[in-house]
Amino acid sequence: MKRSLSLLTFSALAGATPAVAADLAVTVEVPRLTVAEYHKPYVSIWIENPADATAAGTLAVWYDAGSKEDKGVKWLKDMRQWWRKAGRTMSFPADGISGATRAPGPQKLVFSGAKGALKDLKPGQYNLVVEAAREVGGQEAVRVPFVWGKPGKPATAKGATEVGAVTVAVK
Amino acid sequence: MTFKTRLLAVAAGLALALPLVLPTAASAHRGWLLPSATVLSGEGAWVGVDAAISNELFYADHNPMRLDAVTVTAPDGSADKVQNPAVGKYRSTFDVQLSKPGTYKIGSAVSTVMASWTQDGQVKRFRGSPEDFARQVPAGAADLKTIKSFNRNETFVTRDAPTTTVFAPTGKGLELVPVTHPNDLVAGEAATFKFLLDGKPAADLEVTFAPGNSRYRATPGDFKVKTGADGVFKVTFPEAGMYWMNAVVRTGETGRGPGGPGGGMGGPGGAPAPATPLAGDGMSASYTATLEALRP
Repeated sequence: MKRSLSLLTFSALAGATPAVAADLAVTVEVPRLTVAEYHKPYVSIWIENPADATAAGTLAVWYDAGSKEDKGVKWLKDMRQWWRKAGRTMSFPADGISGATRAPGPQKLVFSGAKGALKDLKPGQYNLVVEAAREVGGQEAVRVPFVWGKPGKPATAKGATEVGAVTVAVK
Repeated sequence: MTFKTRLLAVAAGLALALPLVLPTAASAHRGWLLPSATVLSGEGAWVGVDAAISNELFYADHNPMRLDAVTVTAPDGSADKVQNPAVGKYRSTFDVQLSKPGTYKIGSAVSTVMASWTQDGQVKRFRGSPEDFARQVPAGAADLKTIKSFNRNETFVTRDAPTTTVFAPTGKGLELVPVTHPNDLVAGEAATFKFLLDGKPAADLEVTFAPGNSRYRATPGDFKVKTGADGVFKVTFPEAGMYWMNAVVRTGETGRGPGGPGGGMGGPGGAPAPATPLAGDGMSASYTATLEALRP
């Protein structure tokens, strides 16, 4: 019963025009690691269609664009899921997407529904994916489901190694 | 004398009586080109490639691969450079700079003709390129027998988004058509490929996959799949890693055994034997590639 109700709500929303004046609030915790050689992780934040696991857009990529040696692009492939589904067809630096790597701790972000990948995102069910890769470290992707098109309660998921708690809320 | 050379000597001695022994012993070694990475990003990308012939994959412990026939094809189809080549005791090595975005092909495609004919009452033998065959073997030679072979050995590396120009079929020998791109392989996902033989679907072709790191397993882990009537087959790579893929088509005479490759060239340590004619016509085509499946 509940399911059919939410389906009705969903189809009603899907029929509407995609101009949704909403923002996506995301908190990503960059874990503090006690290791001998620490480099801040490369992080990609992107939207995934849960039905076929394709990418529906990239919101942010944190990498070392200032690196003299390779402008940071040499290691973008290490965020391997994002690279395969989205990154490899993009050019870098990417306006409104590229950013510097961030220090350990919670990183609060707000992605405007009027810009970038969210601007034309159709209402519906998605995953927000936070994928991190660290030099002399590992790689991990964390998925948090969200419904685009109406304000919702925050949802949280937590990684085990390279990604801390990720909280997503449609405002 | 090692066990293996003894075995080969014995096999050669028995070759007249048991012509099937030698092909088995001689074809066990596998040629391979192993790139340091297959999926790369950014303008400064390079790969290093090891090239060798060995039993275990990918352990260079037998012979280096000669690099004379190895070429690099850039994503736009133009020829690119083999850089910093060196031939070592057990392996060759070289670099390729991925100066353009897209998919590079690195490898060799070698066409060889073996022939025998009669001239002035004597059996003559030839082995070489089709061009030299045309130059050196008289047109309309008496008793002409030929065995033609076409062998490909290649690997693919991609900088940024994969492209397909380097897969344009030439219509010669066995060729791989990427339904799934060879640089878009992930462990546990089904991949689809197609084989062409001389430009037409290679039906009912047995394709062998051999995973690398065999040294660390009790069993080699090889597996086989077959193409359908359309030359298409599906494969799921069980684990992330490098895989050696191989397929061979052979009809007619192999040229091994009596009157084989050594026919008339003289045995090891012995006086040159009189040339013997090939037993008949034949053809073979082989395809080998090194593919990488990444972690999901």
